[in-house]
Amino acid sequence: MPERTKQKTHIEFTLNGEAVEVAFAPHKTLLEVLREDLNLMGTKHGCELGECGTCAVLVNGRSALSCLVLGLEAEGRSVETVEGMASPAGLHPLQETFADTGAAQCGYCTPGFLLVAKELLAANPRPTREEIKEALCGNLCRCTGYIKIYEAVELAAARMRGEELELPREAVYGLD
Amino acid sequence: MKLSRAPLAEGGDGRETAARGDPFVKARGIYTVMMRLPKFEYRVPREIKDAARMMADAGPQGQFVAGGTDLYPNMKRRQQTPKTVISVGRIAELNRIEGDGESGVRIGAGVSLTDLCEHPVVNRDYPMVAAAARTISTPVLRNMGTVGGNLLLDTRCNYYDQNYEWRKGVNFCMKKDGDVCWVAPRSSKCWAVQSADLVPLMVALGARVRLVSTVGEREVTAEGLYNDDGIDYLHKRPDELLADIRLPPLNGWRAVYRKLRRRDAFDFPVLGVAVRLDMGEDGTVKAAKLILGGIAPAPLAVREAEAALVGARLDPERIAAAAEACYVKARPLDNTDFIMNWRKQMARIYVTRALEALRDD
Ligand SMILES: Cc1cc2nc3c(=O)[nH]c(=O)nc-3n(C[C@H](O)[C@H](O)[C@H](O)COP(=O)(O)OP(=O)(O)OC[C@H]3O[C@@H](n4cnc5c(N)ncnc54)[C@H](O)[C@@H]3O)c2cc1C
Ligand code: FES
Ligand code: FES
Repeated sequence: MPERTKQKTHIEFTLNGEAVEVAFAPHKTLLEVLREDLNLMGTKHGCELGECGTCAVLVNGRSALSCLVLGLEAEGRSVETVEGMASPAGLHPLQETFADTGAAQCGYCTPGFLLVAKELLAANPRPTREEIKEALCGNLCRCTGYIKIYEAVELAAARMRGEELELPREAVYGLD
Repeated sequence: MKLSRAPLAEGGDGRETAARGDPFVKARGIYTVMMRLPKFEYRVPREIKDAARMMADAGPQGQFVAGGTDLYPNMKRRQQTPKTVISVGRIAELNRIEGDGESGVRIGAGVSLTDLCEHPVVNRDYPMVAAAARTISTPVLRNMGTVGGNLLLDTRCNYYDQNYEWRKGVNFCMKKDGDVCWVAPRSSKCWAVQSADLVPLMVALGARVRLVSTVGEREVTAEGLYNDDGIDYLHKRPDELLADIRLPPLNGWRAVYRKLRRRDAFDFPVLGVAVRLDMGEDGTVKAAKLILGGIAPAPLAVREAEAALVGARLDPERIAAAAEACYVKARPLDNTDFIMNWRKQMARIYVTRALEALRDD
């Protein structure tokens, strides 16, 4: 064991609002550190090359692909993963609407979508469909066909503004 | 840059089982197969001069990284295997945008593409630069990727941008670990493609870049930075740090960038067209720069097209002549997405569209 510890680097950062310390091999990506050293499996790995977006997290509020960020780069910064989205009061509005509208099917892409959508709504509480598409264009989903995801973001945005939004009937129940 | 035929770096083939020895992982029986980075040393200087010194110490095994959106995928696929990686990400001096259209603008190499796209002065005075940057990758990748990393992006090729096993399966290519260029097997030159979206535009605009090393500092034109060889694609020593890029003052020129790609959501260019026209008061073209990207190892200046435009108003005949010249000059090879003949034909159409966008009427 002493040899292994010697190779590890030790950093402190803020993870989902809490201070954490973690030791890991210095060439590990943030994705590996989150999943393997901090046991947070919510952040998914897909392509591991920056092409799919499922590993997205927020670093100081800005989205980043954890498969292409070194764990070391988290030092002194604030990282948010999908595990940090819900509060004791309940799910985040985006999580709720993703469930309500069927925007999560197999769910593998969902954590990445949720965090990138959260970044979007923080900057732009009333995004148009085009703006939502543009913001999420680096997140791939093989199940939903995206429409339900856009609707979920629109519905969450409305609820976060204190409004209610009537989704088209077929969005919830499908075509008759 | 020397051709490297070193055996596979320590750390295996890039796809390995995680943390075999880790007791926690063992206990839970988690054996994730993931593409992983090889081992390297990581340095994070705060000043340009420290970065230059660290690079001098690291020698030929050292490489700079900014956003890592090009370097880290390449390292995972063992296309690039530096032993020391020096981050320019926390050098404050590289993270500034200064000046305006009257004086010219200086963009630090470490500025993220998102910050470039959102910068008010860039949007007001150089909207074509912000627009070109918005066609690069995705919003999340633009948060990470930088202007400097884009200008120095490794050349790309279907036979190179593959994982280690794939490349081994074809007995490797000239650019990494092998001898043959699989796109042009009798060629002594590597044909990997210059694929960065800002490159043709910066060359067309006449931008200049500042390079710094322990030996000193020098400024070169963007045009002078690129070499028409897929391996040795830069006229820059590997130890030189790109500090910033200077856009020329606005004085009667106009410019545009047009990009062809498979998916509009995001994709590398398979053809990029950048044009700068200097207009006289009488509405005639005084000088023209027409650069094609995404079709050769270096950005390609089409002098015949430039000559066709100069001395006249930008009318449909001149545009057609310039587009034809670009069609003739564009000789893409079969090493990117899409059929090469179709990409060649698209040169005519995209040049026409770019020039139409620069007309007054
Ligand atoms: C899925 C995906 C899609 C993409 N799509 C596009 C696209 O459409 N268009 C496009 O142009 N690019 C695209 N890219 C490539 C890349 O994201 C961008 O080109 C980006 O701007 C690279 O910047 P970076 O800071 O991440 O580069 P890095 O990976 O950090 O560096 C790139 C190269 O430049 C060198 N370098 C970086 N900074 C310096 C410096 N200051 N001094 C000296 N050397 C330096 C590095 O050593 C490396 O060789 C894409 C990438 C991915 C993963
Ligand atoms: S796993 Fe990071 S983008 Fe696909
Ligand atoms: S829900 Fe299955 S990939 Fe998106």
